[in-house]
Amino acid sequence: MIRLILRRDRLVLPIWIALPPLFTLLVVAAFVQLYPTPASQQLLATQLVNSPGFVALLGPVSAPTIGGLTVWRASLFTALIVAGGNALTVIRHTRADEEAGRFELLGSTPVSRGAPLMASLLITLGADVLIAALIASALLAFGLPVAGSVAFGLSVAAIGWTFAALAGVATQLVESAGAARGIAGALFVLFYIARAAGNANTQNGQSWLFWISPLGWMQLVQAFANEDWGVFVLFLGSAVVLTLVALGLASHRDVGAGILAPRAGKASASRRLRGPLGLAWRLHRRTLVAWTTLLALYGALIGYLAKTAVDLLTTNPQLASLFAVFGGASAYTDTLFTFSLTFVGWIVAGYAIAATLRLQSEETARHTDHVLAASVSRLRWVGSDLILVVFGSLVVLVAFGIAAGLVYGLNAGNVGYELPRLLVATLAYLPAIWVVAGIAMALYGLVPRFAFLSWAVLGAFVGIEVIGETLKLSQSVLNISPFNHVPSVLASGLSVMPLVGLTVLAVVLTALGLVGFQYRSIG
Amino acid sequence: MPVIEVANLTKRYGRTVALNDIDLSVEEGEVFGFIGPNGAGKTTTLRILLGLLRKNTGDVSVLGKDPWRDAVALHRRLAYVPGDVSLWPNLSGGEVIDLLGRLRGGFERSRRDALIERFKFDPTKPCRTYSTGNRQKVALIAAFVADVELFILDEPTLGLDPLMEAVFRECVAEVKEAGKTVLLSSHILAEVEALCDRISIVREGMIVESGTLAELRHLTRLSISVETVRPIKRLDELPGVHDIRVDGVRAHFSVDAGAINGAIAYLTQFHVRALTSAPPTLEDLFLRHYELETGDRAQ
Repeated sequence: MIRLILRRDRLVLPIWIALPPLFTLLVVAAFVQLYPTPASQQLLATQLVNSPGFVALLGPVSAPTIGGLTVWRASLFTALIVAGGNALTVIRHTRADEEAGRFELLGSTPVSRGAPLMASLLITLGADVLIAALIASALLAFGLPVAGSVAFGLSVAAIGWTFAALAGVATQLVESAGAARGIAGALFVLFYIARAAGNANTQNGQSWLFWISPLGWMQLVQAFANEDWGVFVLFLGSAVVLTLVALGLASHRDVGAGILAPRAGKASASRRLRGPLGLAWRLHRRTLVAWTTLLALYGALIGYLAKTAVDLLTTNPQLASLFAVFGGASAYTDTLFTFSLTFVGWIVAGYAIAATLRLQSEETARHTDHVLAASVSRLRWVGSDLILVVFGSLVVLVAFGIAAGLVYGLNAGNVGYELPRLLVATLAYLPAIWVVAGIAMALYGLVPRFAFLSWAVLGAFVGIEVIGETLKLSQSVLNISPFNHVPSVLASGLSVMPLVGLTVLAVVLTALGLVGFQYRSIG
Repeated sequence: MPVIEVANLTKRYGRTVALNDIDLSVEEGEVFGFIGPNGAGKTTTLRILLGLLRKNTGDVSVLGKDPWRDAVALHRRLAYVPGDVSLWPNLSGGEVIDLLGRLRGGFERSRRDALIERFKFDPTKPCRTYSTGNRQKVALIAAFVADVELFILDEPTLGLDPLMEAVFRECVAEVKEAGKTVLLSSHILAEVEALCDRISIVREGMIVESGTLAELRHLTRLSISVETVRPIKRLDELPGVHDIRVDGVRAHFSVDAGAINGAIAYLTQFHVRALTSAPPTLEDLFLRHYELETGDRAQ
């Protein structure tokens, strides 16, 4: 089984194993280059520690050294990649295989029911250990202290494997691979929100919120600052418990079923299910609701944080003078919003790609054949999905903007001013997101075999943004990313031209994809 | 005018030739069988007829129109059952049937309910819980509920039990009586034999035989079982006699159409006590072509 998994994932596995160490390497290199003296490091650390918004979002800087700064910057992204890689690998080789009936093929051979699960967990464990080693080596190569390097590497690995175990339990509970992925994703977001909320309340000392979130534990490891190795016991313990639970569930249920029973369906279709648009909505609505809820929560969190930040600044004159450099309290909150909006933009772009590429999974599963053969034109079929992508990305962004604007505005006492501002700033990201969706559509329509590269393209855009600011890349390189063209509405007002340009680009890319789809063979 | 007309159809995937110069003609009101082993090109041909795949060369016309260009208009007038049906996992069977019916432009509720009853199908379960046979039923019901002129069925009885196969055959008989046309691809020869008026046999992308069952039978052998009083000897020296199995006074063999008289005449010298003959089944036809291609037998 292990060899089977290794063979099937031989391309994907190295990619997500390599990403966290690579990213860490880049961050370390950037910091070493840009903040070479201890004094500059100290200054940056102090600034960051004292901005509650950044603390909440990215965690506190554990120590004013290169090590501390690197951990601060790299934690979230590496945690995301490693958690995602682990969870998706486990889900792919357990629930997804069962769904496709592949496991039944194996089930008739001398392979126990828990075997795929065990095998996936072992593979991910191996991958995580490798990641830990690579990260530690990368840090050591720059002369950072051993204890901190190892601690950080291990903490990344620990987060990854915890998510592998969580995914393992999820796959035993639910019947569809999609639901399992949804659970894993939702858990990550919830853990993140818990940590962020915990960080926002650091005035009250160690918050209990850290103890329920593995991302919080990662922070508690305090790499490069009196490492607390005891936290790893917590990681290990929970991973062991989760694994035992997952294996126990695996041996108790039927192949193909979940512990939670599926609900009975309806005997006939509702009135809305009468065309490809109704179908697209039906297939998509749960994902949309989940994303809208999550982003609304995130928006509320940001809105709340912005208020605490303003409070802090108004009661603390020294900090206020520090931030006078940034243009005062209101400018500070704007920076916070702009900062979190970049995240939101990337995340919703990811959602847009997934929604667009739903077309591809439908084609591979031969569902498209049914619909097209029932007298639906290709344009109408693709159009239904695209309408949902446009509409969905709009709704999700609006949820974030309204939640953030409402919470902040209510707290600050001027909803009428803040809400529209934030909403417009959020919506300014739509054209960039549509460009990303357009790229996915163009790839799918013209060269469906390479449609998965849309994710790589998004990754490249994100990479350019993230690395670009630290490495100070040239403007022409930065301009490759559509996100770079989004106007900073809060800072400098709305400029319509770039938005129009991005929209036109999105339309052109989509049109290319449509033409490709119209004239190629299906399936 | 033929409902389906295919001439010199070729389809290549890179360097592999999937269809090599296929000719096909289906008349209105007939049930046409398109048979061949796995991988012969049946599904490829059908998907070209549906406008899902692009052909490389050749002329294809369905109901007088080009399936690639006029796909949407054509699809209103035909119903398709794909091979190995795959459905949306979270929708129920009933919802899929309704959806497909509505996409095609509407259907009669009573007919839908009647078909669900006949096929003994539970429409409330989500599609991911259905077995192969039940998924097939969804596609079959969705097709037969439609009021169309042409039915294109790709291995339609995959996974159906004998009872449901009988129901399927009834449905085909009913639409035939109503004057509709059916193009049926299968590798279950008994079913094709029972349902089809004309047949084309395809193998490795080429049509190897075409015609009615009666025509095709003329070209093949009669299968004979005989029991005699005296032991049968030297049957293998007779021309046109094949697949001989002799067991003392019993013999079983197949004989070419032109050599029947000679064989019977030869057997009478052993004093025939019982004789059974059966027309060649489609399977005999089929296997014979298979053997011919591999050069095992000479005609």
